[in-house]
Amino acid sequence: MINKIIQSDKESVSDIFNGAIVMIGGFGEAGSPVELIHRLIDLGSKDLTIVSNNTGSGNVGIAALIANRQVKKMICSFPRSTNSVVFPELYRNGEIELELVPQGTLAERIRAGGAGIPAFYTPSSVNTPLADGKEIREFDGQSYVMEYGIRADFSLVKCHTADRYGNLTYNKTARNFSPIMCTAAEITIVQTKHLVEPGDIDPEVVITPGIFVNRVVEISNPEYESVLVANNERYPK
Amino acid sequence: MNGKLQIGWNRNEMAQKVAQDLPDGSYVNLGIGIPELVADHVPEGIEIIYHTENGLLGMGPVPEKGQEDIELINAGKKYITAITGASYFHHADSFTMIRGGHLDISVLGALQISKEGNLANWSTGKPGAIPAVGGAMDLVAGVKNVWVITQHVTKDDHFKLVNDCTFPLTGKGIVDRIYTNLAMINVTEKGLQVRELAPGISFDYLQKRTEPTLIQ
Repeated sequence: MINKIIQSDKESVSDIFNGAIVMIGGFGEAGSPVELIHRLIDLGSKDLTIVSNNTGSGNVGIAALIANRQVKKMICSFPRSTNSVVFPELYRNGEIELELVPQGTLAERIRAGGAGIPAFYTPSSVNTPLADGKEIREFDGQSYVMEYGIRADFSLVKCHTADRYGNLTYNKTARNFSPIMCTAAEITIVQTKHLVEPGDIDPEVVITPGIFVNRVVEISNPEYESVLVANNERYPK
Repeated sequence: MNGKLQIGWNRNEMAQKVAQDLPDGSYVNLGIGIPELVADHVPEGIEIIYHTENGLLGMGPVPEKGQEDIELINAGKKYITAITGASYFHHADSFTMIRGGHLDISVLGALQISKEGNLANWSTGKPGAIPAVGGAMDLVAGVKNVWVITQHVTKDDHFKLVNDCTFPLTGKGIVDRIYTNLAMINVTEKGLQVRELAPGISFDYLQKRTEPTLIQ
């Protein structure tokens, strides 16, 4: 019998090791798996490389993971936001590495990683500093830069509905990077708002087929960054 | 506007100029800042579908107070709505739309634009600045028409329309049209060609605030 449901969110992330590459879903706070990130803070794994579009806000979620000095390197497209204080400070002090990647290149690198494609050529960033040192190749008279696929040891994502096979659906723009991140990790860990029986999700509307998912944890009342930040909350408290 | 008297078109009028140029049925990506105002000015009877790169085709207006949904935001992370007939998708699909040439027009802000249509809009390259590129490089590389909407000069009166960009580039030779508070300008093979001057703005006044020689 296949059952990917794990009862404890703490247990679901317990094998994330020091030095792991971890993809974290979300675009800003939409789709950010706040509870799974906070359990990773409880666990305390160090020297992580985090692949995520942003670097979080306030002192919760990804920003709190960074503030807790667990992150060696960020791979992202937009490492600042209105309420981001943690990353900019560490970055200016040279205490965290940044690999800045155009957003579409980041998405494609994750997609390629998940699809077994080691590298690809893209027009994005040609003639800019972000292409410095990278292979440039011409196809039909146009220049393209070579970019590598990314694979991770773990992906942490949030979804709307899941079943025990790991079939997932998402909510609105909270989907963003999560479906491709599910495909690109050795172990994909999902927090879901709703847990349902197999068959309750119409096969026609499954966004992430269960084969890409390893663990599912039900978090029926997830916290949101903006609410936590507005209440001046920090993690750990 | 920093206590300064508005010269030429204001932000809404600039957005209106862009909106009036959008062909009926276009698929359009609006960047953060003044570009966001364009959606408020589309003439009646014209149907435009707005793309936001975080996974929505058919972005609608800002929600009414109390109707905001944390999981429905735009690329600027502001609350939005979805129109009837909208669709959601993941990031790889979203940037397939962008880089695969499926979008018709990208409207972006700018730090500098050169006479050859080079654009710099993601970093001043200053020490201590946090570089953040987002989707700008993908948009200029993949979208058929790139339109820039910006103040004509910086807050301290430096050129934004320059011979060569001094800030790090977003893309080379990719800007097609420029909409500023002073004029509408096309980027042509011969250089920057003035299409329309804002009311009360003379060609000489515009030229003094533009580094490259303009074509009348």
